[in-house]
Amino acid sequence: MERYPKLLLPEIANLNEIDVYLSNGGFEAYKKAIKMSPEEVINEVKKSGLRGRGGACFPTGLKWSFMPKSKDIPKYLCVNGDESEPGSFKDRQIFEFNPFQLIEGILISGYAMGIKTAYIYIRGEYHKWINLMQKALDTAYERGYVGPKMKTTFGNDYWLDIFIHKGAGAYICGEETALMNSIEGDRGYPRFKPPFPAQRGLWGYPTTINNVETITAVVPIIKMGGDEYAKIGAPKHPGTLLFGVSGHINRPGVYELPTGTPLKEIIYEHCGGVWKNKSLKAVIPGGSSMPPLTAEEAEIALMDEESLQQFGTHIGTGGIIVMDEDTDIVKVTYRIAHFYHHESCGQCTPCREGCGWMEKMLKRIYEGNATAKDLDLLYSVASNIEGNTICALGDAAAWPVKGFLTKFRSEFEKRVKASREFVPPNVVHGKRRSFSDFVEYKS
Amino acid sequence: MEIKFSEEELNKVEELKSKYPNSKAALMGVLWLAQKKFGWISQEVIEYVADLLQLPPSHVDGVVSFYTMYFKKPMGKYHIQVCTNVSCLLRDGEEIYHYISKKLGISNGEVTSDGLFSLEEVECMGACGGAPMIAVNENYFENIDIEFVDKLIDNLRKQDGLSS
Ligand SMILES: Cc1cc2nc3c(=O)[nH]c(=O)nc-3n(C[C@H](O)[C@H](O)[C@H](O)COP(=O)(O)O)c2cc1C
Ligand code: SF4
Ligand code: FES
Repeated sequence: MERYPKLLLPEIANLNEIDVYLSNGGFEAYKKAIKMSPEEVINEVKKSGLRGRGGACFPTGLKWSFMPKSKDIPKYLCVNGDESEPGSFKDRQIFEFNPFQLIEGILISGYAMGIKTAYIYIRGEYHKWINLMQKALDTAYERGYVGPKMKTTFGNDYWLDIFIHKGAGAYICGEETALMNSIEGDRGYPRFKPPFPAQRGLWGYPTTINNVETITAVVPIIKMGGDEYAKIGAPKHPGTLLFGVSGHINRPGVYELPTGTPLKEIIYEHCGGVWKNKSLKAVIPGGSSMPPLTAEEAEIALMDEESLQQFGTHIGTGGIIVMDEDTDIVKVTYRIAHFYHHESCGQCTPCREGCGWMEKMLKRIYEGNATAKDLDLLYSVASNIEGNTICALGDAAAWPVKGFLTKFRSEFEKRVKASREFVPPNVVHGKRRSFSDFVEYKS
Repeated sequence: MEIKFSEEELNKVEELKSKYPNSKAALMGVLWLAQKKFGWISQEVIEYVADLLQLPPSHVDGVVSFYTMYFKKPMGKYHIQVCTNVSCLLRDGEEIYHYISKKLGISNGEVTSDGLFSLEEVECMGACGGAPMIAVNENYFENIDIEFVDKLIDNLRKQDGLSS
């Protein structure tokens, strides 16, 4: 196999036209899938080792197997194209350049789970890409590749409907349960889990939520077989990934590369290096929720989940944000904290209050009005949000703050005033009794 | 303007409803349609949409206030959105925001007195590889600089002078 297989964004001109897609093996994977049983399809996906590209890296085949087999209740697929994690801009490439592969991926996924209706949730700001995707969908319906006409096209009883749901500006709607509320016409508040979406999802029925890139990757998996796919990239996190590279880099953009590609290779070979011939200070490896890597770590890190965990971070959405030597780390952290505060839906106290508190403290640090003690307080506030909330936005807000604070401590220390010595207002109240005083007192 | 959809728009509402098992789910789509037609979501629009979909106005109001892209007041003919999130920040998105703010004499969420422009500092628009970027209404402009923004605004002004 070639060194850089392009399974999601092949370099074929006009692939967004159905005839070009068809003449390049379009819908062959689906034809292969319907010759297998739904369980066999799920098995192939399990064997491929595919893990979700939406941020949590959850094994896709396993997720699908949670769906009840029952045929007589409605079941839903939500394809997550909310793409609002700062630093992520990969799904829109699929909408624009390979929409029919996404559609084919939905057909295969739907067939495997016995789903009759799929919704593609696309963020409201993506007007252009919603239109492009809708155009592709209309063509697919017309030509009998989606909808009831599928039955004649493919000579099989299975068919499904695909609809686009347009968001309206809310990062939180990318969270899977908030996304379902948003589709139902409610405010995008995350729901408590359990029950999990596979038990009770959209309108109370079994639902699977997958990222756009995840669903698109299902097509090559069926085409080449799970075992073959599993050989690409890092063994525990196989396949190709769409890395979106942005920030202080010479050639920003979306690069499809195998998992486990050295970050150094991505930055210096594929993207032409750090801009203005500067050196590196930090890299966020997977969208703004993920803790950063230092320049030294970036030299050796491999871009797959297991490798990144060794540096206390994650692959997330594969959104790589590069920062040069002159970057003001405090400002970046402050801006990230501002974002999460702005996007917190406000349901849980630790997230609502904690995110606001972190932002305020970071502002003080940024403006030079904080003391060294505030750094510890900031760390403890972040730790108190983490794990104490309904959804993972709380963690997403805490992680980068803790990560930057730990790995770039000196940058923060430079900004704070030396902590003031505590001068007790009067000696009587100022002198506290210590434990040993009591021990003596008693004896 | 009378708050009422045309025949064609009402057909579109029906089409939206047909995508979902109940009409509540069509709400976001219908609000988009309403914003396109009426420019923003006023109390009157909320009541009209609520009536159309048989929903309590308080529910519609809650949804409108939750999502940032539904306008709660009239915005400029050209609504300029400037991203200042991390990737854009690293490539001077803030400078671009401040420049536009100064040039138009308005700050975040405000509208110029002639009603032509409004300005919004927005979170990541999913175009980080094209940072810095702005959007004017539905169109993205990526890899821009102050000079570009300057010309763009002047051109929009001129264009409007001709058309009105
Ligand atoms: C605050 C928040 C925002 C999220 N935004 C997105 C998003 O924009 N796109 C996405 O695919 N997943 C997003 N996720 C992850 C989803 O909840 C979910 O895990 C994912 O869509 C599952 O798909 P996958 O298994 O294919 O990765 C977000 C999660 C959280 C907590
Ligand atoms: S963690 Fe934050 S965003 Fe998530 S439900 Fe709680 S308040 Fe809302
Ligand atoms: S940070 Fe500006 S578009 Fe993503």
